[in-house]
Amino acid sequence: MSDNEVKSILFAGVGGQGVLRASDIICEVIMEAGLDVKKSEVHGMAQRGGCVTSHVRYGKKVYSPLAESGSIQTLISFEKMEALRYLKLLRKDAAIIVNTEEIYPPAVNLGEASYPEDVISFLKDNYEKVISFDAAQLAQKVGNIKTANVVLLGAISNFMNIDQSIWENVIKKSFPEKLIKMNLDAFQMGINA
Amino acid sequence: MKVLMSGNEAIARGAYEAGVRFAAAYPGTPSTEIMEEFSKYDGVYAEWSPNEKVAVEVAIGAALGGEKALAVMKHVGVNVAADPIFTVSYTGTNGALVIVSADDPSLHSSQNEQDNRNYAKFAKIPMLEPADAGEAKEYIKLAFELSQMFDTPVFFRSTTRVSHSKSVVDLKEPEKYKDKTGFIYDAEKYVMVPINARVRRVEVEKRQKALKDFVETFPENKIEMGNPEIGIITAGMPYNYAKEVFPDYSYLKLGMVYPLPEKLIREFASKVKKIYVIEELDPYLEEQIKAMGISVTGKEIFPYTNEFDPGIIKNAIQGNSGQAVSPYKETLAPRPPNLCPGCPHRGLFYALKKQKVYVHGDIGCYTLSYMKPLEGLHSCICMGASIGMAHGMSKALKEKGKGKVVGVIGDSTFLHSGITPLLNMAYNNSDALIIILDNSTTAMTGMQEHPGTGYTLMGKEAKKVNLTDLVSALGIENIKVIDPMDIKATKTAIKEELAKDGPSVIIAQRPCALFKRSNIKPKPAMKVDPDKCEGCKSCLGLNCPPISWKKGITKEGSKRKGISFIDQTLCNGCGLCEQICKFGAIS
Repeated sequence: MSDNEVKSILFAGVGGQGVLRASDIICEVIMEAGLDVKKSEVHGMAQRGGCVTSHVRYGKKVYSPLAESGSIQTLISFEKMEALRYLKLLRKDAAIIVNTEEIYPPAVNLGEASYPEDVISFLKDNYEKVISFDAAQLAQKVGNIKTANVVLLGAISNFMNIDQSIWENVIKKSFPEKLIKMNLDAFQMGINA
Repeated sequence: MKVLMSGNEAIARGAYEAGVRFAAAYPGTPSTEIMEEFSKYDGVYAEWSPNEKVAVEVAIGAALGGEKALAVMKHVGVNVAADPIFTVSYTGTNGALVIVSADDPSLHSSQNEQDNRNYAKFAKIPMLEPADAGEAKEYIKLAFELSQMFDTPVFFRSTTRVSHSKSVVDLKEPEKYKDKTGFIYDAEKYVMVPINARVRRVEVEKRQKALKDFVETFPENKIEMGNPEIGIITAGMPYNYAKEVFPDYSYLKLGMVYPLPEKLIREFASKVKKIYVIEELDPYLEEQIKAMGISVTGKEIFPYTNEFDPGIIKNAIQGNSGQAVSPYKETLAPRPPNLCPGCPHRGLFYALKKQKVYVHGDIGCYTLSYMKPLEGLHSCICMGASIGMAHGMSKALKEKGKGKVVGVIGDSTFLHSGITPLLNMAYNNSDALIIILDNSTTAMTGMQEHPGTGYTLMGKEAKKVNLTDLVSALGIENIKVIDPMDIKATKTAIKEELAKDGPSVIIAQRPCALFKRSNIKPKPAMKVDPDKCEGCKSCLGLNCPPISWKKGITKEGSKRKGISFIDQTLCNGCGLCEQICKFGAIS
């Protein structure tokens, strides 16, 4: 990383998926790694089943907690179609990590709109680095579907060049004793995904 | 110690570090977490007051008794509290008083986008504005110092982006609490009858002058000289956006946005060639700086509406430097916020829709019912307005409006500002029906206690107001208590009350589906029997998140084109859909 470069990660998903929790953990990791970090999100009305996003920005000195459109290097989408909603914010050479889980918005439930098809192949046609997997399924393998957000953190850690021991220490601090092993397993699952 | 904190957490921490142990508030996004965090510190007194006016009055009382007191609210809460605020500006504050106004540019969770910096100028009260969590923690301390130095209330302005962004904050040892409480009798200063208020009015102008001198050397008004070709005058979060895209320009960053440091602004103007004033919402700084005779560029290139981001500032100054575009061109189905599965409001609004009435709404989760397919309300202005508006419309429409005008209001909102308009309805006698949606909590902002819950913010058991007794005491004679999850009984009650002369109140009682102390436990998820479902889509009218419809699943001897499904992980078995299915397909 050059001296002044500030990197941006966009977390996207649907209320209830643990998006904000995951972005909290990543910020702690970045801080422990000795970098400046800021993150921004909106609470309140948006939480009632709506879209959730969180901007995480890090570097030597960060001013804005919001990234400029077209400047984000990494998108981590907790839901498949949500990945499409924010492509305008990404750089052309951005890396995209997508959970292939589908959560239908109301208009799809009502039969008034359709869920987009071929999301992953569209992303792969337009971006070089696209990693997609079913995080919920992997989370179930380690014993709890709620660890899907930590599986996704494992996947993004591959792009961040931060020592694995820092990630593990922060994960240990972030969960109660009995959930630590499960989350460390989930993290490893994401690294290998 | 360095920790990651949101702006709201930092405001609470800063107040605690400053030795503040007294705070009052009414919850409202984006301010709510300030009080929730503050209440967790040792030795504090923190309360949810019924509304912002009461919260400010409570804080004034504490300050007059010698405390350093904090009052917290969202931007529109300051409107509710404006009456005491404008006059405590005259009396001064004895101990200390800081009022936090959390503004919401972009209306993420609000009914309007007002710029509360105007209140500082209007009420002649100094205002500080931080740009991130670290500054928020330090500025709240400065706000209390200022309040003590100048015997004045002080405004502290945050915005959604400051309140809800996290950044690295350096924790400091909290100041030890010093008990300075006691009685000070000074009627000439604190009894605002005209003869005293005229004297205090002059004192306010003296204080204004002293503050204007003070701000010239206030260290948080900072000049950062860079390229002298371009100078940027800004404050709060937009400073960060501008620094991000134009790190080399010169800056005058204002930590205090009222009153403004005129000499410092002139000094900055003399050092740079061209000046941009970068501020969200109103041209608040711009107009004052232009009035100094300084030429600046502001709202002719920057938007009046919505919050900024680095790209908006870059495009405004450099001209459209190629907007970012998405390669995906199809329209994506939106994900609007919705009532939760098992929400008691859903049953009420489903029943109400069938009556074809005009519904005045209010502020809370239930406001979300205005959307299709429930289309549950037809107006919503501010907290408490539903009752007064229903009364007014009913009076204006006379016979035409009889049995056709309804107001709906939540329990917390009713206690916030619904009591006086209901008193008015009984007093001036209109025919409207008011429905109090009593879900036992302040749900929208995240389950805060209020006088109807039986608990305080500090977790102590408290006197619990009985809504039926309260409504009756106001003079309402027609009162019914119902369970809104019983659709048939709800419809019947609404019909009966609409038919009556004079005002009626229905109290729809059922705890919020997310309410922790609820004695109603989730039941097993409902299921659709694919043999019985006729695909009529009636259940979709509930707009319940787990219910979906898939086409193509036909049945011999039936015209059906598809059937309903219920997501087993989302459904909590409330049973509303079972009540409305005409074919007995849901159980």
